[in-house]
Amino acid sequence: MALPLFPPTEDPGPDFSSLLRGSGLPAVPAAADVALSVRHATTVAALRFADGIVMAGDRRATEGHTIAHRAMEKVFPADRLSAVAIAGAAGFAVEMVRLFQTQLEHYEKVEGVTLSLEGKANQLAQMVRQQLPLAMQGLAVVPLFAGYDTGKGAGRIFSYDVTGGHYEEADYQATGSGGRDARTTLKLGFREGLSRAEAVELAIQALYEAADEDSGTGGPDVVRGIYPTVAVVTAQGYAEVPEEEVAGRFKALIDRKRTERDVTRSAT
Amino acid sequence: MTMPFYVAPEQVMKDRAEYAQKGIARGRSLIATVFAEGVLIVAENPSRSLHKISEIYDRIAFAGVGKYNEYDQLRVAGVRHADTKGFAFSREDVDARSLANLYAQYLGNVFTHEMKPLEVEILVAELGTNGKPDQLYHIAYEGTITDEDRYAVLGGDAETISERVGADWRGDRDRAEAVRAAVRALAGPDRTLGSGDLEVAILSRANGRRTFRRVTDAELSEILSGGSATPADAGQTPRSTRGGRTTRSAGGGVGGDAAQDGDAAPPPG
Repeated sequence: MALPLFPPTEDPGPDFSSLLRGSGLPAVPAAADVALSVRHATTVAALRFADGIVMAGDRRATEGHTIAHRAMEKVFPADRLSAVAIAGAAGFAVEMVRLFQTQLEHYEKVEGVTLSLEGKANQLAQMVRQQLPLAMQGLAVVPLFAGYDTGKGAGRIFSYDVTGGHYEEADYQATGSGGRDARTTLKLGFREGLSRAEAVELAIQALYEAADEDSGTGGPDVVRGIYPTVAVVTAQGYAEVPEEEVAGRFKALIDRKRTERDVTRSAT
Repeated sequence: MTMPFYVAPEQVMKDRAEYAQKGIARGRSLIATVFAEGVLIVAENPSRSLHKISEIYDRIAFAGVGKYNEYDQLRVAGVRHADTKGFAFSREDVDARSLANLYAQYLGNVFTHEMKPLEVEILVAELGTNGKPDQLYHIAYEGTITDEDRYAVLGGDAETISERVGADWRGDRDRAEAVRAAVRALAGPDRTLGSGDLEVAILSRANGRRTFRRVTDAELSEILSGGSATPADAGQTPRSTRGGRTTRSAGGGVGGDAAQDGDAAPPPG
């Protein structure tokens, strides 16, 4: 590896993707004949609360009708103040997240300042758009991006489509095969100024309902001790909710559902 | 018909070295030192936005003295090298040694082949991991690379300052003590440097994955003023108790400097 120096007219600036191209490394694989039996990742959800945002994702990856992986991570820190979650073709999605994380850090180090939240969302949109030829072949990657905007002093959520279109969501969003069910739960439970605990609880409920209806979404795996990932982003930064807390909330939720069911049964 | 003048290669190299040294000597110096938490870098730099010290990667920092545009170009190349390598392989495969070698090769190349050598001296610092010691690579304008595991001084007045640092260097200082010691050594016996004249950054084991942090103005003034009550006095006292040795070495330093580049360094006394 030689020292990556460029003449001023060909300098890639703080853009990591064009640096990779300039160094002869393809950032995004070109469209090719890909066997269509690839791993897919499913439901991810995000919602706003009083101090920032909560983002959550189940852990199941499927390959056709079989479960390919039971403990896949779909929620990642993009940088200190933002999080990205993925749904779609797992291989490309994880690679896109890696590129996105590196891009944000690269920009910060080269330029000496961090990108604005809007700038980060636009960067991710460009990466999704580059995947369009692959999306046409059924290998779509649809991320969900959310973070804390230091300028506005609030959490913000952005959703994407396969063409790289990105839309700011007012309160909550969910995507992936179980996204519809998760979104309905979020819609019913959302109100302005939720506390952290309430928001985490609502995200967990949304994932539970999604897993209840959608075969591609994994619910809490009590036998193996695998629970969905839940992360919180506030002005203090990105923090994953400890697994004990997630496990505890799922246990409480399941107990609650069971008693409700018993009560209604005995009443009839 | 024009015939190029013959100039002996020794003379060419000597002229280039002198040119580069003069350029570097005009700039202000910086100190990098190992302390309890990791690596501390203190630079004399009144600018708040044109940095001498920067982050390269998770455990690697960069510092340069001399011409800003030249070392900043090297800094950006370093960030690009590290990020590309970390992306292509894995984060733990990025190490300071290979980066320092690349810098040394590039500087050596420019020094021998280009019209004008780069008027810079750079430092690549790495925080040790898994029992490996912290490492400081000091690369001079002509590509000479030296590795230090205690401290390194860069800039015009390096020899004098280096002797001041070496006189009371300890690796187990806490952050405040280490900053005060470095600032004392940088300032010398006749000057005092405030937080406005300094740029300070650390690579600390306590910082998680990205170990690089800039020490903010507020924190720096607190450390320096906390020092003014006791340690600034203490800074005077050990110096005078050890007076004989310090004076001798400082004198030697000035002599060395004068012999090297004549008019270069601002007289410390």
